[in-house]
Amino acid sequence: MGTQKSIDYLNVDYGIRSWLLTLDHKRIALLYLISITVMFALGGIFAMLIRLELLTPAGDLVQSDTYNKLFTMHGIIMIFFFLVPSIPSVFGNFLLPLMIGARDLAFPKLNLLSWYVYVLGAIFTLWAMVSGGVDTGWTFYTPYSTTASTTNVIPTAIGVFVTGFSSILTGVNFIATIHRMRAPGLTWFRLPLFVWALYATSLIMVLGTPVLAITILLVGLERAFHIGIFDPALGGDPLLFQHLFWFYSHPAVYIMILPSMGVVSEVISCFAKKRIFGYNFIAASSLAIALFGFLVWGHHMFVSGESVYAAMVFSVLSFAVAVPSAVKVFNWAATLYKGTIELSAPMLYSLGFIGLFTVGGLTGLFLAALGLDVHVHDTYFVVAHFHYIMVGGAIMGYMAAMHFWWPKVTGRMYSQLWAKISALTIFLGFNLTFFPQFVLGYLGMPRRYHTYPPEFQVLNVLSTAGASILALGYLIPLIYLIYSLRNGERAPANPWKATGLEWTVPSPPPPENFDVIPVVDEEPYAYPDLEVQSA
Amino acid sequence: MAPRVDALYAYLIGVSIVFIALIAATLLYFVIRFRARKGNERAPQIEGSLALEALWSIVPFVIAMTMFVWGAKVYFAMARPPDNAMDVFVVAKQWMWKIQHVEGNREIDELHVPVNQPVKLTMTSEDVIHSFYVPAFRVKADVLPDRYTTLWFQATKPGTYHLFCAEYCGTEHSRMVGKVIVMEPTDYQDWLKYSAGAGEKKTASAADLGRVVFEKQGCGTCHRADNGPLQAAVASSLIGPPLKGLYGSTVELADGSKTEADETYIRESITDPMSRIVRGYPPKMPTYRGRVSQEKLLQLITYIKTLATNGTNGSSTDSGQAEPKDDAARS
Repeated sequence: MGTQKSIDYLNVDYGIRSWLLTLDHKRIALLYLISITVMFALGGIFAMLIRLELLTPAGDLVQSDTYNKLFTMHGIIMIFFFLVPSIPSVFGNFLLPLMIGARDLAFPKLNLLSWYVYVLGAIFTLWAMVSGGVDTGWTFYTPYSTTASTTNVIPTAIGVFVTGFSSILTGVNFIATIHRMRAPGLTWFRLPLFVWALYATSLIMVLGTPVLAITILLVGLERAFHIGIFDPALGGDPLLFQHLFWFYSHPAVYIMILPSMGVVSEVISCFAKKRIFGYNFIAASSLAIALFGFLVWGHHMFVSGESVYAAMVFSVLSFAVAVPSAVKVFNWAATLYKGTIELSAPMLYSLGFIGLFTVGGLTGLFLAALGLDVHVHDTYFVVAHFHYIMVGGAIMGYMAAMHFWWPKVTGRMYSQLWAKISALTIFLGFNLTFFPQFVLGYLGMPRRYHTYPPEFQVLNVLSTAGASILALGYLIPLIYLIYSLRNGERAPANPWKATGLEWTVPSPPPPENFDVIPVVDEEPYAYPDLEVQSA
Repeated sequence: MAPRVDALYAYLIGVSIVFIALIAATLLYFVIRFRARKGNERAPQIEGSLALEALWSIVPFVIAMTMFVWGAKVYFAMARPPDNAMDVFVVAKQWMWKIQHVEGNREIDELHVPVNQPVKLTMTSEDVIHSFYVPAFRVKADVLPDRYTTLWFQATKPGTYHLFCAEYCGTEHSRMVGKVIVMEPTDYQDWLKYSAGAGEKKTASAADLGRVVFEKQGCGTCHRADNGPLQAAVASSLIGPPLKGLYGSTVELADGSKTEADETYIRESITDPMSRIVRGYPPKMPTYRGRVSQEKLLQLITYIKTLATNGTNGSSTDSGQAEPKDDAARS
């Protein structure tokens, strides 16, 4: 092709309008990437302040009200503004059309709208934080949030409410796209598992998020107009709030983890150069998790005063969710069997995911076991458990995706060495941060404590030390990834020799993705077979 | 309860270690054994195995069910206080624990109990949700406004144990902590007699105090507390159901359903009298919500409970409290 520069989605236009008004799913993905990175940094700063405060038993760094606002804002930002949109809105947006052989999502304008809605929600929430903050915890438990708290509950609630619509729009868009836009020959069981994971995630987004919106709206109504819904003093029921809130917020955990599971399926298969073991079971387990995920919310309420029999139903269903999760882990392990395994950076992140998710999943059993949950509920055991799922699981998966598809997104290769160093740093820092918290929890340290008895100090110091290593682990990629944008080697179309339609187009892809819509005539993960070679 | 919870914990830790070791060892072995080398760029393509899928679905499921059954059994035991449990009342508010003993002793952020004696706490909150948590006993229960929750434990060793609020409740949440002080029974009796704890001085038993509330609020205008002889004029004014023998009995409601008269029922009949009307009585009682503090309500219920067990007269005590004739005391 000589020196003629090829047109891709990045160099097709450099104007600011071409970004802010873009309908290209790939550019919208980058808009999301920048937004959620800013939010992640903010949430991370809050986390560091929390860990620094907990270095000593006394409340000596910040005041109690400030501490309460810090953990509230850490939770709200990380969950609603980072984890929920992270993989779907960045990598889902970027890859879904490429993976299914489409030129864009089904509704490109809706896609752009979802980003603006997200930004609007973020601005509301940030404004609420700057103008005084909020101290209810990300869970907004009533009647504290509706009557007792004197902080900016309503503006924060509006922010979360608005951002929820961004999730719903993305979910609707993905479902429509997966149903209607698949390339000829790309049957459901030829879809990459990442697409299955996005499909399951989108179902939860569309079915669950409206319930969160309603719940938050009711909190706002009770707080602003004293309409008795949750506050017993007004004739309401505080447990009703918990039921409504967890009806969304438990499935929301699966919004965060399912896409990561999809990523890991792609990465493991690619770096073992082997088709995924038990494709149907991994795909079905995503749907099973999405379905069961809606039936287990009551396990957050075993000590809330819900009936013993309701608790038993929620407990048994929670144990049932463990099965599809275990099935995934075993299938990933089996995929490695007799593979040709290359320990690249995305692979290290994915293996890290499997390890940390396994610990997070197994400790979930502790919380599903009724008599045991009574003791560890609302302690650091729970904090450790969900960080193993959400940080050890979801963010490891996000980092795996970042390193796997970075060449496709930017057209550049990054430093494998630095990426491996950062993967190991994150893995070690993470374990040092959160493993001591399991012990703290069983010893009885409650969560959301600004001050604590001195016997818990040693474990807290370990945790804070781990957090500083973890923070370093997240800073290193920021440097070498940005560095690679100018100085990285140019990426070929398929640097990892992976299967999948996204690797058949140049890196970075052209604005319309495919010149000719591909026709798919093979199974997914059709890596070259050893038998064929030797025959 | 602590040994039972710890045994369950040990079982789960054991299972977890086995699974983590299994998965970690498998991954590590595969990664090393099947690492990419020159000349082995290709791998045999294996589709899957129904037998393996069945194996690793069913085995985890069965193990999970053993955990479920074990956990549920412990939880059931936690939910059912023994009949001989000693009653203690807890009222939580931002940011303190107010404890009241049946004997009348009151304390704040401290709970004195005798060793080897089951203790049943009946708890409510004056404001937001709190959670009563004693890690050493492995027990926890949320404390809600306008509702009673219960929790029981039996301490097996004298000593001082942490009491934490485990449900986030605002600014001083992490300082809503206290102590559970477990004493030898004789020491406990001494404490009951001579110490007023951190609260006010002991004056009378909780039931006696409850009788004062009963009189002050004029409950006797409509509800009989005894079954002695009555003047006709008084009898005709008694438009509420009698309270003698109420606690623990089965009450038939106006809609034909039946309910057991426990603390929660009695409480609801006082704060929200229209919600469950006793069959045969007019729905006339006004609400006492907000007119009686949470502590007084607990005293009143303790008094009503004594009406179930004592002899012919509801007034069970020999204390020198005012007699029920004092109409002027009505508020």
